[in-house]
Amino acid sequence: MTDHALGDDALSERNHSPDTHDRYDPRFAPTHPPLSAHEATVEAHRCLYCYDAPCIQACPTHIDIPTFIRKIATDNLRGSARTILEANFLGGTCARVCPVEELCEGACVLNAEDKPIAIGRLQRHAVDHVQQRGVPLFQPGPPTGRRVAVVGSGPAGLSVSAELAKLGHAVTLLEKRELGGGLSTYGIIVLREPVEVSLREVEAVRALGVTVETGHELTGKAGLDTLLSEYDAVFLGLGLGAVPAMGIPGEEHLIDGLQYIEDSKLHPERLPHSANVVVIGAGNTAIDAATIARRRGADVTMLYRRTEAEMTAYRHEYEFALSEGIGYRFLTQPVRVVSEDGKVKGVECVKMVLGVPDTGGRPTPRPLPGSEFVVPGDAVIKAIGQEKPALAHELGLDVSGGYIVVNPKMQTSLPRVYAGGDCVRVRGTASTVMAVQDGKYAAAAIHGQLLQHAESHPQEAAHG
Amino acid sequence: MADLSVNFAGIRAPNPFWLASAPPTNSGAQIHRAFEHGWGGAVWKTIGAPVLNISNRYAGLSIAGQRLLAINNVELISDRPLDVNLREIAEIKRLWPDRAVIVSAMVDASPEAWREIVMMIEDTGADGIELNYGCPQGMSERGMGAAVGQVPEMCELNTHWVTSVTRLPVIVKLTPNVTRITEPAHAAIAGGANALSLINTINSVMSVDLDTLQITPNIGGRGTHGGYAGPAVKPIALNMLTELLTDPQVLRSGVPVCGMGGIVTWKDAAEFLLLGAGAVQVCTAAMHYGYRIVEDMIDGLSNWMDDKGFATIADVSGRALPQVSTFGELDLGYQAVARIDPDKCIQCNLCYVACNDTAHQCIDLVAGNGVRVDPGYDVRVNGKAVADTRPTPVVREPDCVGCALCANVCPVDGCITMVSVPGTQQSVSWDALTAQRPEIASSWDAMMAYRAEQGIEIH
Repeated sequence: MTDHALGDDALSERNHSPDTHDRYDPRFAPTHPPLSAHEATVEAHRCLYCYDAPCIQACPTHIDIPTFIRKIATDNLRGSARTILEANFLGGTCARVCPVEELCEGACVLNAEDKPIAIGRLQRHAVDHVQQRGVPLFQPGPPTGRRVAVVGSGPAGLSVSAELAKLGHAVTLLEKRELGGGLSTYGIIVLREPVEVSLREVEAVRALGVTVETGHELTGKAGLDTLLSEYDAVFLGLGLGAVPAMGIPGEEHLIDGLQYIEDSKLHPERLPHSANVVVIGAGNTAIDAATIARRRGADVTMLYRRTEAEMTAYRHEYEFALSEGIGYRFLTQPVRVVSEDGKVKGVECVKMVLGVPDTGGRPTPRPLPGSEFVVPGDAVIKAIGQEKPALAHELGLDVSGGYIVVNPKMQTSLPRVYAGGDCVRVRGTASTVMAVQDGKYAAAAIHGQLLQHAESHPQEAAHG
Repeated sequence: MADLSVNFAGIRAPNPFWLASAPPTNSGAQIHRAFEHGWGGAVWKTIGAPVLNISNRYAGLSIAGQRLLAINNVELISDRPLDVNLREIAEIKRLWPDRAVIVSAMVDASPEAWREIVMMIEDTGADGIELNYGCPQGMSERGMGAAVGQVPEMCELNTHWVTSVTRLPVIVKLTPNVTRITEPAHAAIAGGANALSLINTINSVMSVDLDTLQITPNIGGRGTHGGYAGPAVKPIALNMLTELLTDPQVLRSGVPVCGMGGIVTWKDAAEFLLLGAGAVQVCTAAMHYGYRIVEDMIDGLSNWMDDKGFATIADVSGRALPQVSTFGELDLGYQAVARIDPDKCIQCNLCYVACNDTAHQCIDLVAGNGVRVDPGYDVRVNGKAVADTRPTPVVREPDCVGCALCANVCPVDGCITMVSVPGTQQSVSWDALTAQRPEIASSWDAMMAYRAEQGIEIH
């Protein structure tokens, strides 16, 4: 069969980028190279094609994984990609960023006595095949005359936009930044996902007739009211904010981990040249930032106030960081950034001891008096979480713990306003794929509401 | 250490692994190299009438990424001049006196043509002659090969022409492209054959290329049928071997049979031997991997024979034949059911879907609390932990007909076994039953009455 996937894919990943082609840096080559056509065929044939397979259930978007793999095995790559993207419009991103060990691959029956099927890499093989060739798989639905505004073009926003467009609704997707794609574009390190992959997904939504307006920010209640007057429903995929302040002396010297990752993707020339980098935090973002610094040649030390057992990063991420040569200091709390003549020299820390479990079940660390010491470093990156969406309050929505409150249909306290993605999620687990699923739930609910509305107001519907 | 030597119709060899008449036995240099690797014998690629070969000649069968599960050829007999072949045969036999050197031949269907080639073969010092009545393509259109093998009268006559003029053992190689393999076998025996060999290649069209829409192999924009061989044909070969070696007329004649068709490993060879082959021939596997494969064939067979306490090939040969029966002789009262080992089950649930969709709907999915559940899942639940709460397939034994489909689809060795259980039906064969009560074979009412008597319930 004509399948030029190997050569083309490998090349285009590097060269066809609209944004990064002239500064390709081999240190940031994707961790996993694409599967060759032969590798994909062999791997696909390993799949048992389980009935009612556990991988399908384990996937938050419930992609029919055995079916898409079978289609790879039969050289039906277009059909395979359709099977994936029908369930998950961001199948290309998810193939790269999903913690597959915790989801589909973790549930594979072959774990029992063998290694699981490389589901993520097979998914990427199929989706890349169509997206790199621009093969159209979906059509906009027959127009319903209904209009929906989607705020935020991250995974949740793209997902809801695509699903609504397929149902025939006119969707306008508003993005405050210069490029669409949200977290996928700005927040995922190139090792996992090159920028062009997420930009292709933005283009795929555009191809369904969605109007994408970048540089358009929702700033307050008045803006939401305007949207509600112009659109039949509004979806908020606001994401989360910057890394919060640590409130320690020398705060001004701290580098925001998210900004660091963003610069590594879009403006690598802005990254500081550091020989000795300290990263505060031990979540997945912290590991990503540490990986970038390490690949740029720095010695990297990660500081975490609890122990290995309480880390929020996935186990495989932690092990990846160790294999990259990144060092860890546990039970270590930064208390001050040490600087001389405006230059960072290190971080003063205090030893911690673990105490009684908090409400979440994790032991509370407390400082050990008199245990202060300095971890040397010429750059200090903080990656201790993200600020809650401050906008949520201003929009007059019910908020809990800083996150927007939604019902199972992703409907907020305002009846025509829905929300999804990180701005509604208290825990960040498997965030991209969960955001995609939020988008699907919201699209189904919005569609249901608009149809109901159309039935009860036939005249209005007829006139759009 | 088992003795692997054979004496097949008077042809002696240190082991039963012979290269079949085919491209691997095309020249003296090749056979010399093969013998260095340990092959016990070789049947020289068919010599005879002048031919011109074409390119390309082979098409391969791949399944699930595995290459060359079968090969299909449109190659003819040797395209090297007769005198070259004959000279090299003589040289090889002189260099390798302990190995079986057999010459395959195919000429026009005339006594003169056969007499002439037989004399030339005898002069080489070869150990035997194999008559190629098999090639299904190219030569058959010229009245040779399968054109002879498919017509018992021709088969007998041609064989007789050869056996009446030679003192060498004559092996008749049968074509599988017939309805009943015993008919040409009987004809060969009637013609004086000293031994039989089978199978030659099966008529086939390998594939159509979905890009070019060309039949493979594509020979200048045209395609033709070819001879099919390789691992995929083994079950057909084993059946034909069994048919010969359970046929009273063949058994009475006492002619040995050399088995071939899909032998890739010593295990394949052992199966042919157990079903009565006196030696085996190999071609496709050597074409796939080279002559070196014979080392493991010899070693593996020898180790297996030692494990089983078989001292000689004769001890092995035909050991499985007493089990061969007709359907009418099988015990209707025998009952097996499938048992799934829950500790080995990985919950792929292929047994469930196979049984439910295409067999007898006797496997249930059972949740951890022992309650039978339907397939499906809660869309709000996800994560790898879902695998821990996955339902397990359980056989409803009273409803299991023992079809064994589940055991065949199960990907885990030893997870599903077919277990013999006390049958509800009397132990009787169909032949015995219908001899006593012939109405059962002709009347559904009588059949239903018999089932009621026996407590047989069909689900």
